[in-house]
Amino acid sequence: MKKLNLMLAGAIGVAVATASLAQQGPVPIVGLVELSGTGATAGTNFDNGVKLAVKEINASGGILGRKIQYTSMDTQSAPQTAKALAQKAVDDKAYVVMGPVFSGSFIVSMAETKRAEIPNFTGGEAANITQQGNPYVFRTSFTQTTAMPKLARYIKNTVKAKSVAIVWVNNDFGKGGRDSMAKALEAEGIKVAADISTDPGQVDFSAAVLKVKQSNADAAFVYTNEEESARALRELKKQGYDKPVIGETTLTGQKVIELAGDAANGAVAHVGLTVDAPQPAIKAFDQKFQAEYKYKSDHNGMKGYSGMYVVKAITEKIGKFDGKAFAAAMHGATIRVKDSPGVLLDVHFDANGDLDRESFLVKVEGGKQIVTSTLPPVSPIQ
Amino acid sequence: MVDLLQLIISGTATGAIYALCALGFTLLWQASGTINFAQGEFVMVPAFLMLFFINTAGLPMWLAFLLTCLVAMVLLGYTFKRAMVDPLIRHGVIPLVIATLGLSIGVKQLVKAGVTAQAQPFNSIFPDGLLSLGALKVSYMDVGTLVLAGIIVVSLQLFLNRTVTGRAMQAVAQNTDAARVLGINVGRMVLYTFLINAVLAVVAALLVTPTYLAKFDMGESIGLKAFYAAIIGGFNQTRGALLGGVLVGVLENLTGAYISPAYKEGVALMLFLVVIIFRPEGLLGKTEERKV
Repeated sequence: MKKLNLMLAGAIGVAVATASLAQQGPVPIVGLVELSGTGATAGTNFDNGVKLAVKEINASGGILGRKIQYTSMDTQSAPQTAKALAQKAVDDKAYVVMGPVFSGSFIVSMAETKRAEIPNFTGGEAANITQQGNPYVFRTSFTQTTAMPKLARYIKNTVKAKSVAIVWVNNDFGKGGRDSMAKALEAEGIKVAADISTDPGQVDFSAAVLKVKQSNADAAFVYTNEEESARALRELKKQGYDKPVIGETTLTGQKVIELAGDAANGAVAHVGLTVDAPQPAIKAFDQKFQAEYKYKSDHNGMKGYSGMYVVKAITEKIGKFDGKAFAAAMHGATIRVKDSPGVLLDVHFDANGDLDRESFLVKVEGGKQIVTSTLPPVSPIQ
Repeated sequence: MVDLLQLIISGTATGAIYALCALGFTLLWQASGTINFAQGEFVMVPAFLMLFFINTAGLPMWLAFLLTCLVAMVLLGYTFKRAMVDPLIRHGVIPLVIATLGLSIGVKQLVKAGVTAQAQPFNSIFPDGLLSLGALKVSYMDVGTLVLAGIIVVSLQLFLNRTVTGRAMQAVAQNTDAARVLGINVGRMVLYTFLINAVLAVVAALLVTPTYLAKFDMGESIGLKAFYAAIIGGFNQTRGALLGGVLVGVLENLTGAYISPAYKEGVALMLFLVVIIFRPEGLLGKTEERKV
């Protein structure tokens, strides 16, 4: 009996020691990112942003004294793969999941992380992501319902367009953007002269651009993913389109400018994040990113980077690695650059997981994004 | 009317690129009974080779193009024939078709993992801007594509019809046994066909990559459309490939402009289905009698 008790005590001791070691070991954070397929540009940048933040955080002692063990997995830009990998992230006991970036993939995969009560950050902008009552979902960029009204006001007041041709990509991201923009334009009294749907990964935009020209609209609004945006810009230039070309973040990203070349010049976009913004924290990020990866980050890299620093700030606020407590603390949270420079801009999260912060209007000139104005948050950050 | 003309011209330019690839399909089929489902990747690989020569080796475009032609002839012509087609063709078409499908996947994955999964920019050899002919405005890129593709096609036709080697190649395509009896080196003629196919792929890459962007999966669409175009025009006729390519390009443009861009990608498939049902030998194809 004595021997049995001794063995039992030993087993309990080993179990406690193992559990204790797990508590002190690295914190697993999983990235579900588009490293191939149509979202490769967005996913790779997002992933690189997260990795840079993780490197810095680990170099400065980790979070609450524990290092982060970040693993990124390739969703191949396919929702079904994203869902399977989200399940794997749950099995791997991820503390937080970063991504996917593509809205369509995220909408499918977030059910898995919600079931396991794991906070899940996305780079997706589709409005319906945060309209489904999932308390574990948080954005790293604006929702379309926040971004589009800002852009519609710009089209009305600055461009003074009475009609707009919308070219959008037929996926969750594009559909959400098209719906939000159509609504925002209507509210400003601007007519949608042509409503042109294109396919994800579409390579030939000649017919879409011809439709834009035929519509005789005062401006074109292009809302497609990065590679398609570059192809659309090239085709617009090829066909001699000479009216304003306006878009959201994906129209003037660094990769788009690189791919579209001269054709990107003149494009105007509302961007949530840009490395060309004048804020010191963003300038510092730009330098560090370029030193690490030898290229200029687009907004997705900034999303991944700032998202990771949000994880750090909130975890340190709650003082423990608890997904449920983390999610609760995120709702209504405000994180300031002076306390956590890695968040890049003062940011506020609402009850749905949507964020609010400053944003920018940019124009591409000479192959570079030029910030033409800084727009304030929808509600002042208290 | 001006819009219609513009659509037809730019559609013909796109169709000419499909036609170059489709020509490769028909040439290989006629000469060696080979159906190459990696034809799209045969366009993608030269695009990356040219980028390598331009960006890494710092060579001018024309030299990069010539070097790529050489590498493509060795890699996508000679090696493809010796390593894959020759050992498999004796077992029939089906094993070869499956092998080329595998090759297509393998090459894509190799480029994705070994080079990059992201799209890369590729400059056009033609200047930007529009050529104005009255109210008609056509881009220099479309005009240049049409002219270059036209030169290639006419040169190929002249080579096949006016030279001894070209006629020998046609003889092999029409009747291999009779050609062998006449003393034609069948093996060499077949090899020439593979080399020509490789060069056609390089030209297609040069013309299409500025629009498609260099990416590991850029060949999927063009390979499939070229295959449809070859079937539509007639798989056993080089003229058929030209007609099929241009028809697909123009109808895609018209559908995109007058119906919806959303249906554009389905045009080639619809046309393919209609031709297969009502004229299985293709619009210009000849019915092949089975030997008893």
